Amino acid sequence: MSALAPVLAVTGTDLVQNLIGGLALGSKYALIALGFVVVFRATGVINFANGAFVLVGAYMTYQFFQTWELNFYLSIVLSMVFGFLLGIVLEAIVLRRLVGEAPFTVIMVTIGLLFIIDNLVTAVWGAANLDLGDPWTGSVVEAGGIQIPHRDLWAMGFTGVVLCGFLLFFRYSSMGLAMRATAMDPEAALAQGISARTVYRVTWGIAGLVAALAGTTFATGTGSLQPGLGLLALAAFPAMILGGMDSPLGAVLGGIIIGLVQQLTQLLAPEYMEWAGRSPEIVVPYVVMIIILMVRPYGLFGTPEVRRV
Amino acid sequence: MRAVLAPFGRGPSGGRPSRNLVLDYRDDLRIFPDRWARIGLVLLAFLYLWLPSQQVSDAGLRTLSTIGIFAIGAIGLNLLTGYTGQVSLGHAFFIGVGSYTAAYLGAELGWPFLVYVPAAALIGVGLGVVIGPFALRLRGHYLVIVTLGLIFLGRHIFNNWTSVTGGNRGTQIRGADMSIGPLDFSGLELFGTTYSREQSMFFLVWALVALTALLAKNLVRSRMGRAMQAVRDRDLSAEIIGVDLARTKVGAFAWSSAFACVAGVLSALQIRFAGADDFGLFLSITYVAIIIIGGVGTIFGAIVGSIFVVGSEELINQNSRSDWLGPLVSTGPTDAGWLSVGELNAILFGAFIVGFLLFEPRGLAALWFRAKAWFLTWPFSY
Repeated sequence: MSALAPVLAVTGTDLVQNLIGGLALGSKYALIALGFVVVFRATGVINFANGAFVLVGAYMTYQFFQTWELNFYLSIVLSMVFGFLLGIVLEAIVLRRLVGEAPFTVIMVTIGLLFIIDNLVTAVWGAANLDLGDPWTGSVVEAGGIQIPHRDLWAMGFTGVVLCGFLLFFRYSSMGLAMRATAMDPEAALAQGISARTVYRVTWGIAGLVAALAGTTFATGTGSLQPGLGLLALAAFPAMILGGMDSPLGAVLGGIIIGLVQQLTQLLAPEYMEWAGRSPEIVVPYVVMIIILMVRPYGLFGTPEVRRV
Repeated sequence: MRAVLAPFGRGPSGGRPSRNLVLDYRDDLRIFPDRWARIGLVLLAFLYLWLPSQQVSDAGLRTLSTIGIFAIGAIGLNLLTGYTGQVSLGHAFFIGVGSYTAAYLGAELGWPFLVYVPAAALIGVGLGVVIGPFALRLRGHYLVIVTLGLIFLGRHIFNNWTSVTGGNRGTQIRGADMSIGPLDFSGLELFGTTYSREQSMFFLVWALVALTALLAKNLVRSRMGRAMQAVRDRDLSAEIIGVDLARTKVGAFAWSSAFACVAGVLSALQIRFAGADDFGLFLSITYVAIIIIGGVGTIFGAIVGSIFVVGSEELINQNSRSDWLGPLVSTGPTDAGWLSVGELNAILFGAFIVGFLLFEPRGLAALWFRAKAWFLTWPFSY
């Protein structure tokens, strides 16, 4: 790395530091993308409301941890339970009426839900930045001049655990098998005695649960909890597209790539990309996404869609 | 054969027609199919001339003009989404491009109205042709996400291309020419009467609404329009029966963004300002809400949807201090209200989108068609 340093206007330590920062950011995106993937995999729906789940999750953790002063880890678990229930309730009230509708309809309904929930959250908790806080504020691990915040390590750990959980769940549990079957061919699955309704409901529950965790990892620390978080979640779309919409592993890799690209852009843009204007790191995920879609429309690990008349 | 059909079809004697009886293709393609449509048209023309006279306040006229501007943009989006089935969340980007074109070519460089408006439309066509090909590779979900990316990219460009867009602070639009021949729409003088800016704007906007509606209506019954609808219904089948998929999709994008750019020009002239923050996801969703509420795949629906959406927004703005909305809505930072006006509007949009898609997917237009069918088929209205 240090051999590269003279070429770039940054030191090797800086570079490694930023790569690790990118990795942490990427694993946060990956968590959100996993929420998208689980719903898309089972129901074929892109869930724009996932951004709202992320937001609600973060604010619920705040509610349990800061307002009701519970233990932080307990707060996360409670918030995840709340997210699970929220997902189930929304599926029961709204989305189950939309099974078999055109993608346009379902996408727009989830966007409608995003707007409703986002603004209700602002109505309840206000628009000001809040401190979610966390037990690891300020603590870092030092290794060879490189500092890794504990908070980032936890974010990466969460992502790893959730990814492993997903892989095991889809591979070994009967519910996971039912989900894969329903995603592949809903009618055949029904004929085998799988309850599509239960599958859809649990899917949305899991999406809410993962989103709550993702929102919490994004909002920890001081002043990072604010309503804009719901739209920030949309930045995980490129991650999902990059990996392929139906692959959990792809979501994680896509998230990490996006995180790294974004972090490196932030580091290098002021020096090398003046033409790109101020803070190009905000749009760089979308640029990467569009390029990838032009080359590989189904992402790195996605299943190509077969079109039939 | 004719003797049998005539009494039901359009004969003066005989009973009431059991439905709109279509005898040949020409009838099917007629824009104003019957007497009632023509009577309605005359009524609309009367309304158009009567409304801006002293009966309606300037504020009221501004709302009506806003409705018209949204209607033009929504007609554009409906061509793309309603008729061609290409879902786009990027409409706000094109509206923004139109606004900045008015700001730069119209106000900054002082080009005449009849040059910068077509120029904006042409820029729209150009961008549509550039972005349209993405729709060839990407379908459904993927296209939605790419057009979402377009909004973010657009906002980045709007914020950074300072020489044209004014960057973060936006750009004022002052003194842009608004005259067509002898008619100056920044303050009409006609037959000895002087009209205010709002009144003139109303005339301009709604004339353009009529023009774009007619244009769109003609487009959708043309060869191109039928190709668009075939692509919407099943693009693969359309391709097999010989529809040029590339040309149709790219064409739909071009038309849609041209309309959007014209709407952008008008909106810039109306509010005399263009700022990057106004052309975000919320505006795109507003347009999608308009066509869903009004009726996807009808020109009429785009206009009705604009009336509904802009009207309800205006209703909330005006009643935010009233007894029934006051406790719910806060109008200032010190107010005890629960939601801001913008938040309440966003929640209502969301609720309208969800509600209409669940309970009346064909929108308000369907209510109208159903009512019409009910009267036409009476006494067999079931």
